[in-house]
Amino acid sequence: MLRSGERNHAQEFAALAKVLERVGGNPAALRNPRVASLVVHQNRVLGLNSLPGLEMDVEPLTDGIRAHVTVKPGVVIPDPVHLCFGVLPKEGVQRILSTFEIGEGARASFIAHCSFPNAERVQHLMEATVTVGEGATMGYTEVHYHGPFGGTEVLPKATIRVAKGGRYLTEFRLTQGRVGLLALDYDVHLEEGAVAELVSKVYGKGADRIAIREALHLEGAYARGLVKSRIVLKDQAQAEFIGEAVGIGPYSRAHIDCTEILQGKEARASAIPKLLVVDERAKLTHEAAIGSIDRKELETLMARGLSEEEAVETVVRGLLR
Amino acid sequence: MATLLQVDDLVVEREGRAILRGVDLAVEEGEIHAILGANGTGKSTLAHAIMGLSGYKPSQGRILFAGEDITEKSVTERAKLGITLAWQQPASFEGLTVREYLEIARRAGRDGPRIEECLGLVGLPPRSYLDRTLNDRLSGGERKRVELAAVLAMNPRLAILDEPDSGIDVLSLDDIMEVIRRMNRAGTTVLLITHREEFARAAHRASHLCGGRILKTGECAEVVRFYKNFCKECTHINEPELEAVEEGKGAPQR
Repeated sequence: MLRSGERNHAQEFAALAKVLERVGGNPAALRNPRVASLVVHQNRVLGLNSLPGLEMDVEPLTDGIRAHVTVKPGVVIPDPVHLCFGVLPKEGVQRILSTFEIGEGARASFIAHCSFPNAERVQHLMEATVTVGEGATMGYTEVHYHGPFGGTEVLPKATIRVAKGGRYLTEFRLTQGRVGLLALDYDVHLEEGAVAELVSKVYGKGADRIAIREALHLEGAYARGLVKSRIVLKDQAQAEFIGEAVGIGPYSRAHIDCTEILQGKEARASAIPKLLVVDERAKLTHEAAIGSIDRKELETLMARGLSEEEAVETVVRGLLR
Repeated sequence: MATLLQVDDLVVEREGRAILRGVDLAVEEGEIHAILGANGTGKSTLAHAIMGLSGYKPSQGRILFAGEDITEKSVTERAKLGITLAWQQPASFEGLTVREYLEIARRAGRDGPRIEECLGLVGLPPRSYLDRTLNDRLSGGERKRVELAAVLAMNPRLAILDEPDSGIDVLSLDDIMEVIRRMNRAGTTVLLITHREEFARAAHRASHLCGGRILKTGECAEVVRFYKNFCKECTHINEPELEAVEEGKGAPQR
């Protein structure tokens, strides 16, 4: 087991840092002793830096790692914790089994950079169990960087429980390169007054297949949640979005919001909202829009001098930002 | 003054119905020219056809800009020639900031004022608005002001302003008119589309559009008087009994 402050496999570390830099990330954060970080290439832990009040225990597996992350009650981690995962060769498997425990009243945010620049046959499997304590806040942003080959299977699965008055904010972003297959599956359980916001932004290209399922279980009174998905598809890419909400607690509220843009005639998209109200005082809403880019948006930008291609690019960039 | 925009016998059909039925219009370079008419008479259709928007392609007639026939040109080509449009109901953009939108407009134009100045001129403090997103969280009035700021930033040769007074509170109308005058003083010819006669009075000249045709063009006061006396009560949207109007028999009634 690697201890905090340790770093090995310098070459792989440098290569992952380089990928991060190339896609606009901040590799300096991975070397900053005041910023917590964890760098993993396949099943090798290349770097680990914890901070007081934040513990990261990492154990290598044959095909990945098992990580247990704890933020002690009342602790506020000022800077985002950087988690850097990836597979650099063309082939390989990386399985990340993780548990996050954010103690009562604690606050922490995490940025996970997942890099697969050369992937032709790579599997990236993530299974996470997250517990956000009473009154605590956890932010989790996962950003993917893929090469042009569409040779990755990305399978993130998470079960999140947010205790009374807690907040869980997450964003999944896969907009660079081609993935291949993405099957994201999140379940969030919200206790009294807890809040969750789940945002996913995905750009599917080539023959990419994208399946996103995000479910809110509003178990406590006044629990609130938002699921927001923005998907752009070109070429023959296909996507299915399932947004679920179950209103169990009285006065709980949730909204499912999905926009899918098709560029080209061969892309396919579907959106399925599944809303179940158990307590009649709960209120669940949804909206979905699937289609090509709004002509008025394009022509507004064209009337400001952009070509049609530039206007499309501007609208897509904004949507996936 | 030379004619900057000339529209000859323009016919535009939408869903099988003629909305513009032979519009003739000449806008002189340097003027504010109001298109006055009741709702549903084809004012926005005329604006969209001049900008070249999809679905507004003329089935007859032509549009000349600075002597060049632009009838077949794309929206982008028209914008690059110096024409732009401020929509009556501007589009929303998710993820695009006011700053980015105004910078796009300014890059395409003729060295317009700084974007901060443009926002200030339309009554939106730059510090509060530059980094806001152009989405539904901006009110309709705010979005319209941003639209005007974009036109200011572009400093075009011809600005088509489609009902810039709608959705703006009455107390601010004078301010908006002052922005349009400023735009005009900076060298932009303005085609001002409105159904509000007091707003049209600020123009140099006006044309009255009814039933898809220009019924009268002339000095503002004269056109406003014509609109008020003859056509304001007109119920013949898109189907004017022109003979009755032309013969001075008053607004045709149904």
